[in-house]
Amino acid sequence: MNNVVKGYVLPGLPHLVLTPDANPGWKKVRQAMDRVRDEITALDADVLMIYSTYWPSVIGHQIQARPTPEWVHVDDEFHALGSVPYKLKVDSELAHAYVEAAKARKLQARAIDYHGFPIDTGSVVVSKLINPQNKLPCVIVSSNVYADRAETLVLGKAARDALEKQGKKAVAVIVSSLSNRIHTQKTEPKDDHIHSLKDQEWNLKFLEFLKEGRLEDVSQLSRQFHKEARVNKVANFKPFWWLAALMGQNNLYAGNVMEYQPIYGSGAAVISLTPSDKAARDLEFDESDPDSYSGERNVLGGTGEPALTQEALHE
Amino acid sequence: MGKGKIVAGILAPHPPHLVYAENPPQNEPKAECGWESLRWAYERLRRSLSTLEYDVLIVHSPHWRTNSGTHFLGVPHFKSISVDPVFPNLFRYHYDLKVDVDLAEKICQAAAQDGLETQMMRNKDFRIDYGTIVSCHLTNPEWNKPIVGISSCGAARYFNMDVLQAMMFKLGKATRKAVEESGKRVVLLSSNSLSHRHFTSEPELPEDMSHEHINNHNQYIWDMKMIDLMKRGRSKEIVDVLTDFTEQATAETDSGSLTWMLSALDFPTYPAEVHGYGTVIGTGNAVVEWREANV
Repeated sequence: MNNVVKGYVLPGLPHLVLTPDANPGWKKVRQAMDRVRDEITALDADVLMIYSTYWPSVIGHQIQARPTPEWVHVDDEFHALGSVPYKLKVDSELAHAYVEAAKARKLQARAIDYHGFPIDTGSVVVSKLINPQNKLPCVIVSSNVYADRAETLVLGKAARDALEKQGKKAVAVIVSSLSNRIHTQKTEPKDDHIHSLKDQEWNLKFLEFLKEGRLEDVSQLSRQFHKEARVNKVANFKPFWWLAALMGQNNLYAGNVMEYQPIYGSGAAVISLTPSDKAARDLEFDESDPDSYSGERNVLGGTGEPALTQEALHE
Repeated sequence: MGKGKIVAGILAPHPPHLVYAENPPQNEPKAECGWESLRWAYERLRRSLSTLEYDVLIVHSPHWRTNSGTHFLGVPHFKSISVDPVFPNLFRYHYDLKVDVDLAEKICQAAAQDGLETQMMRNKDFRIDYGTIVSCHLTNPEWNKPIVGISSCGAARYFNMDVLQAMMFKLGKATRKAVEESGKRVVLLSSNSLSHRHFTSEPELPEDMSHEHINNHNQYIWDMKMIDLMKRGRSKEIVDVLTDFTEQATAETDSGSLTWMLSALDFPTYPAEVHGYGTVIGTGNAVVEWREANV
């Protein structure tokens, strides 16, 4: 049984909520987000499962479990645009099941349930736009700064486990820009553009693949994309690994690029992926597909158990 | 009005664990103990600063990260709760602080005149980051001085450490100029760890010190190298090696906080006072004070 009825790739900058009319491109992205809202309303889903690249974590993977987090959000960078009041509805039961599923797959994970916890800009923006009345509850998972492909795939599979266990159907959402380099000098909305030609070309390559429903191909290209079109703030570009692991690591999707525009220099795309019987491509992939996490991050510390004993090395 | 002066510069790291272990009334979670070597270092710092008259704390924080230049707190009063997004189990702190907006505007203006991208933060709903709060709390738990809050620019990741340092040289110089024109006596806080590779798991009891040690020996060697340079007053050599240190020790100096402070102090050649060194969840932290003998 496929528990994910549809997947979305959505941008999370606050311009879309606070000043969409300031630039014709921003308005188009906002209108596409409004269409996503309408699509989701018509889907047979129980929950929004959100992975946000705007929420970094260090101690494993954090999963929002507070039933109704409420605050007035201000972005660290774009505070001059204004404040965003929000009140979300979280599927706390599913969030806790997700934590347990992650632990069962040997990931470090914990539920977050604190008044005033700073929910990230991306999750707030996307929730306000595509789920304004909280018709669906959501679950939000952080993006661990040190995690790489294997760990993120396992995190996606754990989300699937939790959905299956509770018999729920989800809309999967990754909140991320494509290229994420914003303007480093004040830029008027009318002058907005993708920060560089290189970012633009890589964005277009990803959009070409996603339009054809080639989720797994994009997943396989994520490392390269990270090098070419992302500011290297974290270990790697992870959202498509999570999405592929949750929805299915293949190219069996109908892709729809609903919009693509620059937002303050970054690549803001609104994309849907609908499970399909027809494969866009059928390539062979040479990367491993781990089911549980067995990595050792303490490679410098030397206090962990050695991967191989001296005896084993000589056998 | 006399000429203002930077009377001290402090390397004041911000692990929320230290506030957690102090159990101040402002913080919701409560601890048994923990990280004493660093908490006692902050005690020594506070004793030292108690002999010093100053008007304002200026804090440069890695956890208010901006990529379009440097931003400054521009609202006179903030009151809210700060919840650490990484360690919410340890830090949920109710703050009530005052900002010296006039001085912030002067620094902002001086930096802009020197070609830096700057911006005042005027949104009253803005939440103060935990880096700013932890460094200020541990330096001055009475909160009886106003602060100037400065964001850290992400130029080290956008470009490289050399670009960031060039910007921080200018920001430090602009800070010194604005302070001198203000007539105020100011203490600077560089709110950063040294080596900064964390452990990615935490013991069930966070203050269980049997789990606490440096993440790796490489980091420790680098931390000791940096502290040795501080003790010998070789601050220009510190900025010379900071690119390598930042890369090889995953150091939090990628925020520019330390470079900004050393520049504002005009690269002191006198020895710094090391109040203490300790690790927090694997990262290396030192509480260090630069103060000229005649201040």
